[in-house]
Amino acid sequence: MSKILVIAEHDGQKLNQATARCVSCARQVPDAAITVAVLAADPAAVAAQAAQLAGVTEVVTVAAAHNAHALAAVLAPQVVKLAAGYTHVLAASTAFGKDLLPRVAALLGVPQISDAMAVVGAYTFKRPTYAGNAIVTLEAPADKVLVATVRSASFEAAPGGGSAPVRAVAIEASVPAHTRFVSVSAATSDRPDLASAAKVVSGGRALGSKENFELVFRLAEKMGAAVGASRAAVDAGYAPNELQVGQTGKIIAPELYLAFGISGAIQHLTGIKDAKTIVAVNKDAEAPIFEVADIGLVADLFQVIPELEKALAK
Amino acid sequence: MRKILVGVKRVVDYNVRVRVKPDGSGVVTDGVKMSVNPFDEIALEEALRIKERGEAGEVIAVSVGPDDAQQQLRTALAMGADRAILVKTNEVLEPLAAARVLLAIVQKENPDLVIVGKQAIDDDAAQTAPMLAALWDRPQATFCSKIEIKGGSATVVREVDAGLETIEVDLPAVFSADLRLNEPRYVKLPDIMKAKKKPLDVLELAATGVSAAPGLKPVLTEPPKPRSKGIIVKDVAELVDALKKKGLV
Ligand SMILES: Cc1cc2nc3c(=O)[nH]c(=O)nc-3n(C[C@H](O)[C@H](O)[C@H](O)COP(=O)(O)OP(=O)(O)OC[C@H]3O[C@@H](n4cnc5c(N)ncnc54)[C@H](O)[C@@H]3O)c2cc1C
Ligand SMILES: Nc1ncnc2c1ncn2[C@@H]1O[C@H](COP(=O)(O)O)[C@@H](O)[C@H]1O
Repeated sequence: MSKILVIAEHDGQKLNQATARCVSCARQVPDAAITVAVLAADPAAVAAQAAQLAGVTEVVTVAAAHNAHALAAVLAPQVVKLAAGYTHVLAASTAFGKDLLPRVAALLGVPQISDAMAVVGAYTFKRPTYAGNAIVTLEAPADKVLVATVRSASFEAAPGGGSAPVRAVAIEASVPAHTRFVSVSAATSDRPDLASAAKVVSGGRALGSKENFELVFRLAEKMGAAVGASRAAVDAGYAPNELQVGQTGKIIAPELYLAFGISGAIQHLTGIKDAKTIVAVNKDAEAPIFEVADIGLVADLFQVIPELEKALAK
Repeated sequence: MRKILVGVKRVVDYNVRVRVKPDGSGVVTDGVKMSVNPFDEIALEEALRIKERGEAGEVIAVSVGPDDAQQQLRTALAMGADRAILVKTNEVLEPLAAARVLLAIVQKENPDLVIVGKQAIDDDAAQTAPMLAALWDRPQATFCSKIEIKGGSATVVREVDAGLETIEVDLPAVFSADLRLNEPRYVKLPDIMKAKKKPLDVLELAATGVSAAPGLKPVLTEPPKPRSKGIIVKDVAELVDALKKKGLV
């Protein structure tokens, strides 16, 4: 039997949806008992949300003032203590999980599987390499704890309806003072979250300016969609960095992805390969984005976006 | 600060369309253009800027890889690294092993700062920085987009999913460079000539005492599932129709 420890990601109040997707991955491991660990200053609210996820057997909480902000150097020694007796330690492959889990793996002296995208067996997972151009099946030794980050785009969020017990645990681990949280500038917006949105409208270099990029924001708002951007658009300052989609940005799997003026470099495509429907609008009929688009329109985005807005308003 | 160590990995160039070997044993690398991992150029650029501000004495580029990785180290020297170290092996090391090798070099060189790339674009693992920091028992700052050195500590802005996070860490520490940390300089011809005279030490992997044996067994490498062929519509009306048919608008 597998005993899986999933490290919850949260902002102190809300459980991140990526954790629910990570739980889905854990549920695909045959014969698994799933524990979600919530490390926080005050874990109650997040623990209650985790307890409702289908498939979760138990929630453990570690309440400590030093857990108010997710600092890998502070969390890792605690996760190592928690991991005793578990066969797997998983976290979402988000900035949080990518920062924390390799530190945990190294402390445990085991390798890590990054971005697990499919479960083949209890110790066998698939993961993408080379910007998603080569999928590798990896087998981990069954006599060691398996540490893996889970690619959110590859798993649906676990549904609610569960009612797992919540247990508080005290951890004796010396946490370092060498790493200190200062601040986080979260771009607060009412827009759907890019990582989990069903629809995403995305813009590239072709938008040409921050002002023009407003077209993308406006269309997204009309459609109830999240906004994404290519690296070129982010680098040029048209869109904030947290909207970057791709190998080094966010890997997403929306129902609908609309790309305006994005050429379709492999580094961008790796971020949208799992989207159900890709729509590309590009002036250049030869643009590589058309090789992956389900629906392509060879046209000028500055004409298409206003027309589309009108057509959708009807 | 005296020394900054920078990780320089030799990888398949980012413009190459990587192909999977038909027998599923890996990807085709024979005759393929190899380069410095793009994030490592950013890491090196940052180290050089810190040095140029007078905040560091020496920048050392370290690569773990085949003999040919000397080419990438020469590029690093041409960019401005003072010296380079190649830990030679023909085995492909997992990030944990790479981190262990870097630790061995760290213990020998005692740098005040190690900067590596956020991820290597071959394995896309993004593990080496936190692993090295853990093994060294020092702070880490991954996905850096801004670094300010303040004597014995540093203030770092990190790219996180919500936006930007600022943390403060004591040195020595391990940083990983994100795309927007800086734009690496171009190498000029005279610098390439000068780089030929800079010291490049080569040592065997065995000298570090680190085992190359992989902890994870790759059983199959396959291409991603191809997407089914799409349609081209001629105008917005057709586009909207197609979206309506799929129930997407
Ligand atoms: C290590 C590394 C990591 C990277 N990671 C990422 C990543 O995570 N995400 C990412 O996106 N990129 C990433 N990149 C960059 C990537 O290689 C491309 O440079 C980038 O995606 C290009 O962005 P773009 O498509 O917006 O711009 P371009 O490639 O310049 O394409 C612009 C497109 O707009 C079209 N166009 C121009 N005008 C119009 C118009 N009026 N109407 C319609 N179409 C028009 C053009 O035909 C062109 O196809 C990475 C690169 C490296 C080296
Ligand atoms: N073999 C290596 N030689 C030098 N640096 C490496 C090596 N492997 C990893 N690194 C460094 O660690 C970073 C992250 O690599 P990875 O964890 O494999 O994604 C790279 O960008 C390099 O800076």
